[in-house]
Amino acid sequence: MEGLIGKKLGMTQVWDKDGVRVTVTVIEVGPCPVVQVKTDEKDGYSAVQLGWRTQKASRMSKAEVGHCSKAGLEAPVSILREFKADAGEEVKPGDVLTASVFEGVDFVDVIGVSKGRGFQGVMKRWNFAGGPMTHGGHVKRRPGSIGMRQDPGSVEKGHPMPGHMGSRRVTKQNLAVVQVRPELNVILVKGAVPGANGSMVVVRKALKKKAVKA
Amino acid sequence: MSNVVDQITAENLKSDIPQFEIGDSVKVSIKIKEGDKERIQVYAGTVIARDGAGANETFTVRRISFGVGVEKVFPVNSPYIEKVEVERSSHVRRAKLYYLRDLRGKKARLRERQG
Repeated sequence: MEGLIGKKLGMTQVWDKDGVRVTVTVIEVGPCPVVQVKTDEKDGYSAVQLGWRTQKASRMSKAEVGHCSKAGLEAPVSILREFKADAGEEVKPGDVLTASVFEGVDFVDVIGVSKGRGFQGVMKRWNFAGGPMTHGGHVKRRPGSIGMRQDPGSVEKGHPMPGHMGSRRVTKQNLAVVQVRPELNVILVKGAVPGANGSMVVVRKALKKKAVKA
Repeated sequence: MSNVVDQITAENLKSDIPQFEIGDSVKVSIKIKEGDKERIQVYAGTVIARDGAGANETFTVRRISFGVGVEKVFPVNSPYIEKVEVERSSHVRRAKLYYLRDLRGKKARLRERQG
């Protein structure tokens, strides 16, 4: 499978085989039941629809519950995402995928929603320098100039300004997989991943970086 | 934080944390890897600080090497630390002995702990 839906549990540290301290994020991946298998003949493209986070049937619409029960799931799932199956991989609705998907994988991409920071100024949002805080500074946290003069006579499009920061989809690419722990159904990836502890993340095998150079 | 994270953290802690106090003169045995060979190097000095807690706990050892003060910070739970031997305990009145950095020679001595 290309990837799984998971939950960011939190960060800690482990010692690698050389005794070096590695900061890791613990991600619970799955268990993700296969809800639907899309095929070229029927749907025009091939994909595997995975579910995550079981929910009471009374809290979901009948259509959603029916979609899940059609796949033979015991409890309906509230979140659905599509992934590509690996070449030659055969899955059928009702199969449950867990952390063992990432066994032998060196790098993953982690997609999540970053922590919301609300309305922020340019110093926090775009790393502007601001003005002097002392010696009578009158532009303490202001952006300063936002353009030129009569020519071009307008502010360029996309100019960094204050505004809402965070709470947007962020992809972190090429994070090294430090450990895969099927018995706990977690994987440990090096470094930080987007979002708060307990939030949903999508973990997929890295698109760009495949393996450690031998 | 979640139980799983605590469990993984606990796996990476030592069960036999070396026992020593601030102000102790210690010999720290460090494993050093050279190629595929491993040898032990001993670093001797005075423990001047202990920082952090849990997995992040570290201690600082200060010594005077060829007339220059040298400080090394070791993670308490590092698998690279073979053992810590206490040579001598001192009577100290604070948790961080950073004042030793400003002292030289006879003034930088610590009184031995009695009893």
